Order: sequence, then structure tokens, then C-alpha cells
Amino acid sequence: MTESSSKNANVVAECLRSWNPKAVVEVIEFRGETTIVVPRELLRAAAEHCRGDAKLQYNFLTDATCVDRYPAEPRFELNYHLVSIPRREKVRLRVWLGGNDPVVDSLVPVWPGANWLEREIFDLFGIRFTGHPDLRRILLPDDWEGHPLRRDYPVEGYRDVPNTGELFRKSSTP
Amino acid sequence: MTIVETAVGTAKTMVLNMGPQHPSTHGVLRILLELDGETVVKAIPDLGYLHTGIEKSCEDKTYSQAITLTDRIDYLNPLGNNLVYCLAVEKLLGLEVPKRAQYIRVMMVELQRISSHLVWLGTHAIDLGAMSVFLYCFREREEILNIFELFAGQRMMTSYIRIGGLALDPPAGWRQAVERFLKMMPSRVDEYESLLTENRIWIGRTKGVGYISPEDAIALSMSGPTLRAAGVAYDNRKAFPYSSYEEFNFGVPIRKESDCYARYLVRVAEMRESLKIIRQAFDKIKDEGPIKAEAPGIIPPQREKMKTEMEALIYHFKIFTEGFSPPPGEVFVTVESPRGELGCFIASDGSPKPLRVHFRGPSYINLQALPKLIEGQLISDVIACIGTIDIVLGEVDR
Repeated sequence: MTESSSKNANVVAECLRSWNPKAVVEVIEFRGETTIVVPRELLRAAAEHCRGDAKLQYNFLTDATCVDRYPAEPRFELNYHLVSIPRREKVRLRVWLGGNDPVVDSLVPVWPGANWLEREIFDLFGIRFTGHPDLRRILLPDDWEGHPLRRDYPVEGYRDVPNTGELFRKSSTP
Repeated sequence: MTIVETAVGTAKTMVLNMGPQHPSTHGVLRILLELDGETVVKAIPDLGYLHTGIEKSCEDKTYSQAITLTDRIDYLNPLGNNLVYCLAVEKLLGLEVPKRAQYIRVMMVELQRISSHLVWLGTHAIDLGAMSVFLYCFREREEILNIFELFAGQRMMTSYIRIGGLALDPPAGWRQAVERFLKMMPSRVDEYESLLTENRIWIGRTKGVGYISPEDAIALSMSGPTLRAAGVAYDNRKAFPYSSYEEFNFGVPIRKESDCYARYLVRVAEMRESLKIIRQAFDKIKDEGPIKAEAPGIIPPQREKMKTEMEALIYHFKIFTEGFSPPPGEVFVTVESPRGELGCFIASDGSPKPLRVHFRGPSYINLQALPKLIEGQLISDVIACIGTIDIVLGEVDR
């Protein structure tokens, strides 16, 4: 299993390198999973290449998620999990984003299914996607302040529970 | 409100607010519908009413404590959520689970698939006006929940699947209970089919309703029965086998029509395939054998050992106070839940608490295609289309 996955890592990395030598920053292998780190400027083009290339055929975007490595910089790690249904292979594309400028190209033009995934990341991490057709909060109310899945956002939250009386308010303040 | 040019003249559209309290949205889903008469011009789903921040809560718990939270994500598939989370943690740790535990996991998850499809079929039918199917479905679901109660002591939030294996050994008398269910169920599936498959009202309400092309379905990341009803043979149990699914012999039902009726046929066929898997797992499970991996410091020791051995006592204390620390790294595991591809992403920084846990909820992503299914259709078809995606709002909002 590990052998075939590292073979797949080579295929993906070679394909991306032969398309653009700057496209692969790093190839990470962990527990049989392949991660390809892509520079931020090339994310959309690399994703398009992964989907369109006849050798790769990553036609299915299964998941997109973010990890906040606060207080390290660059703090945000965006992970896109791609699946090739015809080849039965998986790969993860990763970009690093700095905390003072968390902006990246949206992948909605490549996979329309990225729409809500990116809205969720925008909502919970505050990362902005340029070229997204409808970048609004999705899970939280529109007037919510802050982005709760950031590591510097406390688990209990900042705000008192509205209209529930003293009982709840007491327990939420230390 | 916008002005629409129609064949008979100009007309104004109307905005209708459907939900969040609506019986056929299966929870708290709100859809803004722009209507031209009875035709849906535009639909905008609005979610988040059930957002509980489970992913954030997981970051504040140790790896084993988070299992109880996973039960509550997709409350019709708690065992499947346990499974995907535990598989991800096991992958992170590099743990090998004993075969006996893997087979029991497969059996439980397939029972769960049938029970989830039964809730789907019952509620979908009641939305479309077939009351009696609901009662039949819940009668059999009760039998499955009784089996879960027998195994785990709980009917719904079982937390039965644990990191490295299972919570408990199968109880005395489990074989009779499962055997009885396996004998009874095939004829019951026939019963639902005789009520619906050739029912003229059912066909009228579902055939040709909610079409999506296979290209669109893949582009919108749809998975599960909705994708397979569009003719795409993608099932995680076959494509990326986990928990020894490669040793089981079963088919993946496919249809080409990609309408609500095809999705109904796929799900009913899946129930029959699940019965085959349960039968095979039933025969594979040996009466004796380990149900937990051997990994001191990660898996809690047996109670007898804890009472007699110093080392086991120390491990027990450490596991339940500070937890265990997997190596730093990220894993992403996917399983086939009744609704589609259920994924779990865990990032570890080497501490006893996960840095990030993310669940790829299939309902969340499948729901994204709802506007595509209903725009241009009649308002009564909206209900059929919501039902056919089989959403669980707990999983959509997490």
C-alpha cells in the first residue's frame, strides 16, 4: 500500500514539475498519504492541471479544510483533498498562508463543489478567496464577530450567551 | 421580487421562506425560494441553525474523549461517525486492529446503514404522502436499535467503536438476535417495494424529478446514492477499502436515470447488499478472540489486569488523565456512510489533544446541489428533492 502511494506521489509531483518547475515546493509522505505543497500564486493553475491532465485525472474534490498553526508563521495551512475516481488515487494539495494576508485564489472555477467548502473556511477561519462567486458566512450568523476555529479564539467564545440571564453569564466569565 | 417575462405576459415573482421550521426539511433547514407561480426560479439554502461547534470542541478534548462528540454529528449514523474518527486516529498512530474487531465493526456499520436508509425511506414516503411506509420502516428500525442496545447498552449514541477496537465484547445471545433479524429483513424489504416500487402515485411524484447529470454531480462533489443513481460507480468500500471490506463480496447498485425514483431504487438495493455483508460478517466473526489492539499506553488495559498489575494501573491512570500523544502529522480517512463519502481529517501537533479535527459531512456537500435539482421545478417537487438527498442537519451544520 505504501509502495503504491509513494509511486503515486512521484507521478503527481513529476507531472506538476514538468508542467511548471516552480509548482512543487515540497512533497510530504505520511502514513501512506501524499501531500504536495504548492505556492499560493499557482494553486488554481495547479488544481486545474491536476483535474485536466490525462495522467492525473483528479476529477473529484472531496474536501477542503484549514489548519491554524498559531502562533507559528505562516499560520494557515489550507488542504485540498482530491480524488481521482477513474484512477482510484488520492492526493492532498496544500498552500501556506500568512496571518496578516490570508487571501488565496478560489477553486470554484475549477470545481463548483468548492463553493460551500470555501465559504465554511471563510466563515470559521477568516480566509478570503478571490474569485469566489458568493463569499458569505455560512454556518454562523452574518453579524458574528471573529472566526471561531482560529486557535487564538477561546473555546468558550468571547460573547455572553444572549438573553439567558445571570446563570449562564456567570459560568462563561472566569 | 423581480419581473419575469413569460409566454402570456409579464409576471412578478414571489419570495417564499421555507423553513427553518418545516416538517419536510428534516431538521432546521431554511430555503429562500423565488417563485414564478408554482415554478421555482431560484433557491438559496440557508444553514447554520444547528451549528454546535463540534470541530472546535474536539480541539479541547483528548483523542478518546472526542468519540462521544462524533456520535452527535450525524445522528442517524453514529457508528459510522465513530468508525471514521477511530480509523483516522488509528492511522495517525499506526495501529493495527484485530480482525475480529474489524468484522464486528463492519457488521455494526452495515446494520446502521440499513437503519439509516429505513429512516430515509419512511420520512421520504411520509413527505410524499405515503403514511403507512413510515410505520413499517420504523418497525424494523426498532429491531436494529434493539441489537445496538444489546451490543453497546445504548440505542442511538452508542460510542461502541473505540480507538484500537471496540468498547465491549459481543454480548451473550447476540447471534440469535442478528440471525433473527437476517431471517426477517429480506421479506420486509420486499414489503416496502410492494408498497412503493410500482405505486402510481409514488412514480408520479419521483420519476423524472430532480435530475442532475453525472458530470454536474462529480463537479459538485456529490457522493453516495445520489452519485451512484447518476451512473457513477464510486463507493469508498470498493475504491478505498477500509476495515477489511476487500474481503467481502457485495455489489454496488448503480442506476442511470439520476432522478428521485432512481435514488430510491439504489437505496433499496443497497439495503439488500448490506444484508449480504452482514451475513458474511456474521459468519466471519469468531466466538473467541481479541476486540482491542495491543498497545499499552493507548488502549486502556483490561479491568483484571488493572487490579493486579502495577504497570497496567499506571497506563490506565495516564490514559484517562492526560491521554496519549500521536506523532505530528495529518491524516484524512474516508468511509462510505449511508449518505455518501464521510471523511475525517485530523492534524496532530504531537500533543494529547488534536490540533484540528474536521469532518467532511456528505449531507453538507450534497445539499450544495439542491438549487441545481429544484430550479425550474414545481414547488411540490422541492420536498421530494430535499428528501431524496437524505440530509441530516446535525451533519450539515456540525
